Amino acid sequence: MTGRLFDKIWDRHLVASPPGEPALLYIDLHLVHEVTSPQAFEGIELAGRKVRRPDLTLATMDHDVPTIGLDQPIADPLAAEQIARLRRNCAGHGVTLHALGSIEQGIVHVIGPQLGLTQPGMTVVCGDSHTSTHGAFGTLAFGIGTSEVEHVLATQTLRQVKPAAMAVTVDGELGPELTAKDLVLGIIRALGTGGGVGSVIEYRGAAVRALSMQGRMTVCNMSIEGGARAGMIAPDDTTFAYLEGRHHSPKGKLWEQALDDWRSLATGDGAEFDREIRVDASALRPAVTWGTNPAQSVTIDDAIPDPSSMSTPALRQAAERALAYMDLSPGMAIRDISVDAVFIGSCTNGRLEDLRAAAEVVRGRKVSPGIRALVVPGSARVKAEAEAEGLDKYFTDAGFEWRSAGCSMCLGMNGDILAPGERSASTSNRNFEGRQGPGGRTHLVSPAVAAATAVAGRFTLPGDL
Amino acid sequence: MPGIQRIAGRAVALDRRDVDTDQIIPASWLKRVERTGFAPGLFGAWREDPDFVLNRPGAAEAKVLVAGSNFGCGSSREHAVWALQNFGFQAVVAPSFGDIFRNNSVAAGLVPAAATEDAVTRLFAALAADPDAEVVVDVAASASRGALTCQVRRSARRATRPSFGKVRPRTACMGRTPRRSRRATSPRET
Repeated sequence: MTGRLFDKIWDRHLVASPPGEPALLYIDLHLVHEVTSPQAFEGIELAGRKVRRPDLTLATMDHDVPTIGLDQPIADPLAAEQIARLRRNCAGHGVTLHALGSIEQGIVHVIGPQLGLTQPGMTVVCGDSHTSTHGAFGTLAFGIGTSEVEHVLATQTLRQVKPAAMAVTVDGELGPELTAKDLVLGIIRALGTGGGVGSVIEYRGAAVRALSMQGRMTVCNMSIEGGARAGMIAPDDTTFAYLEGRHHSPKGKLWEQALDDWRSLATGDGAEFDREIRVDASALRPAVTWGTNPAQSVTIDDAIPDPSSMSTPALRQAAERALAYMDLSPGMAIRDISVDAVFIGSCTNGRLEDLRAAAEVVRGRKVSPGIRALVVPGSARVKAEAEAEGLDKYFTDAGFEWRSAGCSMCLGMNGDILAPGERSASTSNRNFEGRQGPGGRTHLVSPAVAAATAVAGRFTLPGDL
Repeated sequence: MPGIQRIAGRAVALDRRDVDTDQIIPASWLKRVERTGFAPGLFGAWREDPDFVLNRPGAAEAKVLVAGSNFGCGSSREHAVWALQNFGFQAVVAPSFGDIFRNNSVAAGLVPAAATEDAVTRLFAALAADPDAEVVVDVAASASRGALTCQVRRSARRATRPSFGKVRPRTACMGRTPRRSRRATSPRET
């Protein structure tokens, strides 16, 4: 086995590679949601086209769906119109839609893997930057814009310049208090927000191999926050164990054939990368972001950094702006920062394993008075599975709100938002200005730290409660 | 179709790095089902500050936005490109762009012109000295040379001021061109 996972998938999907022009890639799975698709469907209809492969296209509603009062009509008329459009577009083009109310509805990047649709060696696209999540299965998966959504709907192909191949190798072992979220925030801190621009990252090394599929999805999900086009992890027995028996996974003899093929995808030992960075897992500690981009993080044991310590004037200026927005001062201990809200959910940390980790922390405890705490499962199925385990009771007994599936407060489109000036501990992926609501201040953390912070009222580790 | 050959007009200098698409067009605007009508939402939160660069005189006529590195990082929302176009921008000059934003720009016909850090710093300085200057992004020449060709033309108002001495009508500003800016010369294919 020689060659890189990325090249193997790329080469398999090459439809054409005209000299001096972007390559034409075949797309195996196109995921669609309500927010970035209406203009694309309109475009193909105006051109008199049809969806070329409705069987390779799957739609759901996640970005602006309500997470409470699902028995009521959608209150926001614009969201209601977008959702109605998606229904009409899917019905008109024969695209399967997992609509609100279905057990398979949920965040697009949670339901693909859950259904067994995301499989090693595939190309997966969606009009959403966190499509990189699916790379956890050894797929080439990346976010696209609406014009590209239209192109894929019409042709099942996409024009792409081949990105560079970067390796992020994580040696050592993650400590007991550490999660995949802490690992990926540590990687992004090392990489910078633009460090991965133009690249596909392959995550490798002992600490990556040791991650569960849920953890791998968390890492690949945030590849885009380091600027990377995509992130991927070679498929192995952990991948196969996750996929076996899922609704769309191959069965019987086809499963055996698939395994043989998937095992051939891994990057060979001698393969070289255009760039490689190494991270020592044993040197990491639980991460908390302090600024307004995901690279601006420290460990929970640290204090807010001094912008004057930044390596370039541009970084210093960005840090000063971020601290002013976040209303924080250099030298302030992270553990002394109190929060107004806690959000547990999103395509980064809204899967069952994440909810279990948070529930374990809040079990038998109470949310600190005055804190609004929300749990939003990543999919309706995750919600049902969590309820079957009784996790919802742990959360509601502690004072959390137990909501229905959607993107919710990760991007604040559906009305689940922070008030101006409010501060959150959030398991989501972006701490951009206003991301969780105009004037809101977001600190990204793992589910366990978010849960402990809800109980203590300020940033805390579960072990410190 | 010949595509976009040359863009010339006023420029707005946004001297910030890592400008994410949530800032370019906030999520509350993503509920629209059209490609138009986004101009009022462009940099919606930042425009609440009366001193923000887009609120300065003449910004409404600008065709070129000059920004720091990693412009358009974050979300895949093409609405960010539409918002810039709806406002009147035809090109963004920056040292680097978020990958998805750059692809979206090319698809929609907004020129993502990558220049060196140095060239962008010089552009910021030139625009600070002369906010009315005209910036010319020569897309066709950039594509054939493999390097961004853009010029700053001093404004007539500044040119008549004696303190600036002899007028140099063309200050060349050369930098690296991304592979993608060549594609800006071809129309979107769908």
